[in-house]
Amino acid sequence: MSGGWLLGFGLSVLRLSVPYVTAALGGTVCERAGVINIALEGFLLVAALGTALGAAHGALAAVLCGLGAGLGLALLYGLLVVVFRGDQIVCGVAAFLLADGLSRVLLKAVYGSTSNSPRLPALAGYGPGLPVLAMVLLVLLVHVALYGSVLGLRLRAVGERPQAARALGVSVAAIRMYAVALSGLLTAVGGVYLVFEQRQFVALMSGGRGFLALAAMIFGGWRPIYAALAALLFAGAETLGIQLQASGLHIPNFLVQLLPYALTLVALLGRGALGRGQGRQGGIGSQAPAALGQPRE
Amino acid sequence: MEYDGQVRTLLRALPLVWAALLALVMASLLARLFGAEPLAVYRLLLAGTWGNAYGIGQVLFKTTPLIFTGLSVAVAMRAGLFNVGGEGQILAGAVAMALCGAHLPAATPPWLAIPLALAAGAAAGAALGGLAGLCRWWAGAHEVIVTILLNFMTRAVVVGLGAWVFMKESVHTAPVQAGAMLPRLSGWVAALHGSAVNAALLLGLLAVVLYGVMLHSSHLGFALRAVGQNPEAAEASGLNLGRLRTLAMALAGALSGLGGANFVLGYKHYYEDGFSAGMGYLGIAVAVLGQGRPAGVLVAALLFGSLSQGGLAVNALVPREVIDVLTAVVILAVATASPEIRRLLAQLPAPLPPAPNPKVGP
Repeated sequence: MSGGWLLGFGLSVLRLSVPYVTAALGGTVCERAGVINIALEGFLLVAALGTALGAAHGALAAVLCGLGAGLGLALLYGLLVVVFRGDQIVCGVAAFLLADGLSRVLLKAVYGSTSNSPRLPALAGYGPGLPVLAMVLLVLLVHVALYGSVLGLRLRAVGERPQAARALGVSVAAIRMYAVALSGLLTAVGGVYLVFEQRQFVALMSGGRGFLALAAMIFGGWRPIYAALAALLFAGAETLGIQLQASGLHIPNFLVQLLPYALTLVALLGRGALGRGQGRQGGIGSQAPAALGQPRE
Repeated sequence: MEYDGQVRTLLRALPLVWAALLALVMASLLARLFGAEPLAVYRLLLAGTWGNAYGIGQVLFKTTPLIFTGLSVAVAMRAGLFNVGGEGQILAGAVAMALCGAHLPAATPPWLAIPLALAAGAAAGAALGGLAGLCRWWAGAHEVIVTILLNFMTRAVVVGLGAWVFMKESVHTAPVQAGAMLPRLSGWVAALHGSAVNAALLLGLLAVVLYGVMLHSSHLGFALRAVGQNPEAAEASGLNLGRLRTLAMALAGALSGLGGANFVLGYKHYYEDGFSAGMGYLGIAVAVLGQGRPAGVLVAALLFGSLSQGGLAVNALVPREVIDVLTAVVILAVATASPEIRRLLAQLPAPLPPAPNPKVGP
């Protein structure tokens, strides 16, 4: 194995990792504030749809529409689970179903097909360099903000000891809404990137990356940098699969497709809980926020 | 007293009314999006479903798998678990049934072939559900993520193995033996002629009854409800949480697995790629709307069965994917309204204790 091959492989991993990493960051921010986020997959999907719909008005409009769509679904999710205190897991799954259904309906309304959009020429000519750089910066930014800013401290306090935070005059609901909204924006970056990379929208194009990112966040112990590294690992599995397919070895296609999911499952089994209803376990170092999944107070 | 009970019943029904209202508003908005008159869409929807005997038969056909996937989510829900894996479980069950039914000896009589095929489907679903339960028991991995991952993995394996082994030349498996086919109900009720509703519906009704009996009059049902309502108390009273949760997930998987019978044994008599898409997720809506109760699941399954069939009826005006959006809206509406209602219920004065029985006591 030459160094050139290794470099190429590493670059491919970075290229494929953007949606995994940004969604894992989104999940981390949200869950550190005490809100479970199964809806990540839905955020990715609506952001991708928004990007495709915005592409009719140029690349900048595409990016803005994508981020806006992610933020919009996140605000709806926040309203339901933070303000109305709906069950976070049930609402998260339903938010994903809403994103899937809505994207097919809107595809039909706009492009006359429920499975995919046509090619979007407005998105041609943008390489992965800038988004990958932005992704690395976002990881560092979230890390610094979470551990080094007042808002980050409040966010973590709300996720660990909401009563104590409230006694100090912090509005638990407001901080949680900020966290969910931020999670929507961060995850939306990945959704926007997916469409720019494939230059079209395909129904369910997020392909489970949001769910895998959630697992990466758990594997990384609810810490941004570790979550991003775990996300890189899963992106690595996807890259390996693609390269195996291209290598001409006679490996059945489905085994290759299974690779990221199987690796994620193994990682989860090694790591343990989502947090709700579980005993607090050791593991790599960090644990689920103490108030994860509890509506409020 | 009497009045108090009525208020409670009304309050419990409120989330359902709220869900129906939101769904109607959403449906009207989406109909407008496609330039259709909402009232015209509703009229077409009604005419294509409950308007004639054929429509009713088709509604019942669409309802049948939802009874199974709904019960599947419900049984897990009552044990405090969330089974998002119905999608993969019904897929695995359908393939297992189709392969079992096709590989039986040609002369296998129905009394043997049907139970064998059903058992194969239930076993495949139970294996997937039970695996998720084991992951939670042994490694503390949450069943929601595990079942979602298993959905993706099952799909990849079925598509992959299918192209490689059992669906090499066609888009479906070999047909099942004649003995393993479930009869259509039109053989008994002539009015249903042409519709695909079959004996799997009767199996579904039987499952609803058995679910109710299991839940409320068996040791297992009591134990599952105890685990669901208060795990700490259940554990303190000597119940094995891990084993009961795994059992509940296996049971849930078996029920979803059986959901494939409607299509594989009762309609097409083979497995076809994609026939079950969305049925596992609809099961979540059915169980949430039915609040995990047997009768509730049945009514909710009928509602979503009507919507599924109605979606086909109105496909010319609005795409049937609108139904997926309505499913999500219903789940969100019920899930957010229920905590508010619970809070209201808690504020009501407690009902008076029943009058002391004069025959008992000193």
